[in-house]
Amino acid sequence: MRQMAWAGGLLAVAAVFALAGFTRGFSVTLAAALTLCIFSFLYKDNPFYKFAEHLFVGVSAGYYIILNFWTVIVPNLWDPLLATFKGDVGPGNAHRAWWEVVFGAQLGEYRYWLLLPGLFGVLLFTRFVPKLAWLSRWALAIIIGVYAGIKTTGFAQGDLVAQAEDSMRTFWIPGDVAGSLNNIIFTLGLVTSLVFFFFSKEHKGALGLTARVGIFFLMVSFGAGYGYTVMSRISLLIGRFQFLLDNWLGLVRF
Amino acid sequence: MAGAGRFEGFDRRWLFLVVWILVMVPLVRPLMLPLVVTPPAQAYHDAIEAIPDGSNVLLSADYDPGALPELVPMTKTTLRRLFSKRCKVVVTCLWNGGPGVVDQAVRSVAEGEFHLTDGEDFAHLGYKAGNESVMVLMGQGFANAFPNDYRGRPTAAMPIMQRVRDYGSIAMLVSISAGYPGTKEWVQQVQARFHVRMVSGCTAVSAPEYYPYLRSGQLLGLLGGMAGAAEYERVTGLTGPATRGMDAQSLAHVFVAVCIIAGNVLQWTRRRAAAGGARGQP
Repeated sequence: MRQMAWAGGLLAVAAVFALAGFTRGFSVTLAAALTLCIFSFLYKDNPFYKFAEHLFVGVSAGYYIILNFWTVIVPNLWDPLLATFKGDVGPGNAHRAWWEVVFGAQLGEYRYWLLLPGLFGVLLFTRFVPKLAWLSRWALAIIIGVYAGIKTTGFAQGDLVAQAEDSMRTFWIPGDVAGSLNNIIFTLGLVTSLVFFFFSKEHKGALGLTARVGIFFLMVSFGAGYGYTVMSRISLLIGRFQFLLDNWLGLVRF
Repeated sequence: MAGAGRFEGFDRRWLFLVVWILVMVPLVRPLMLPLVVTPPAQAYHDAIEAIPDGSNVLLSADYDPGALPELVPMTKTTLRRLFSKRCKVVVTCLWNGGPGVVDQAVRSVAEGEFHLTDGEDFAHLGYKAGNESVMVLMGQGFANAFPNDYRGRPTAAMPIMQRVRDYGSIAMLVSISAGYPGTKEWVQQVQARFHVRMVSGCTAVSAPEYYPYLRSGQLLGLLGGMAGAAEYERVTGLTGPATRGMDAQSLAHVFVAVCIIAGNVLQWTRRRAAAGGARGQP
């Protein structure tokens, strides 16, 4: 009896997949099947989940390699260099001197300069040859240096200066009690939270009290962060259900 | 103690089942729970409505399929409003898993609903590796960083790219972001340097990080997660998947809140019982 129930259940599932595959297309049905494979982990770990997980990792790795090759290496390095070596100076550049064309950053695409990043990119692969692995450090040094510079200036402009400027608020806004109260609470939270992270003196007495108030504000911010995280995760579930109900089964239109 | 102890071996799969039901049922039978438009979402709408008709806009859709239910609805609603205002929109993507999803969203609105011409009215430049360095490079010209569009066509020859050349030629930067690189980096590298008017739509999990930018005026508006997307749909008079998902969202949130309260009560009861037991010992 139990075996018959299992067989009936499997037959029903197969019928749903066959019908959906016929009416909604193979790719949508495959996506739905993989979604259900992942969902099956909620019951317990199983081969269907493992299969979907491994398939995702493998496909993602292949996809990202191909995507980066065709959208970065080819258009930003290979094609411009090829055009440069062919002597193609690009539209509107015929009147320019050769050095303006091949080294001119403002021209965008016809640059011998690209040989340098190309070379350093190749050097990264020397890590596979132990004797030459040290060469990859040059490329890594450039990457780290450039990113450190970009991040530092960006943070200084976008966060440090702008946020420090915004933090200096007036406590009393004439005619706006709510706004004034908001600014006072904001400043209280800012100062007490900063005090909490001041570890050069033991948190006792007035300093300890201020730090405890800071903890209160930090807890409120963690709570808000947790609430938003729950919303994000539930949204993912809703998105998958909308896919199953709409795109796959066609029961509801969203 | 006995009451609290009963839940020691509680199978959490029952919780999964309840969440499953609470999410699934409202999607099939909507409850039409009220939805209030919050000031950040209203500000996002107002900022987009304030740009002149026919302006150039850069929309950076920095997400992948993992953020699809939260960010695609707000991407589509934003594009609908921009195309209604006859804006020329250039779309970029800095997440390697994203360009396929973004292309589908852009084309469904631009070509499917507004019958616009690719390369003239809008352009999807696709993905580019490099995170912040791409943003900086785009300052020397968008075509400089993106020589080809998503479909491999040269961008320099496109009519829209004659108008939308660099940050100086855009009226607004719209960042739809799921994390790094995203809104934070656009603010740091572009808004702060080029003083571009900027709004952001983001996943709920990253929204708290961006509120300071909204307060300081670096962002003119902010949509946080599916709720933000639903509010924007409401304020623009549209009903999309975000609005339809909010009933399920609300019920699931109530259930999570109930679970947190119940868990705390149980924990408190257990501690109290344990303290009582310790006092009773000789």
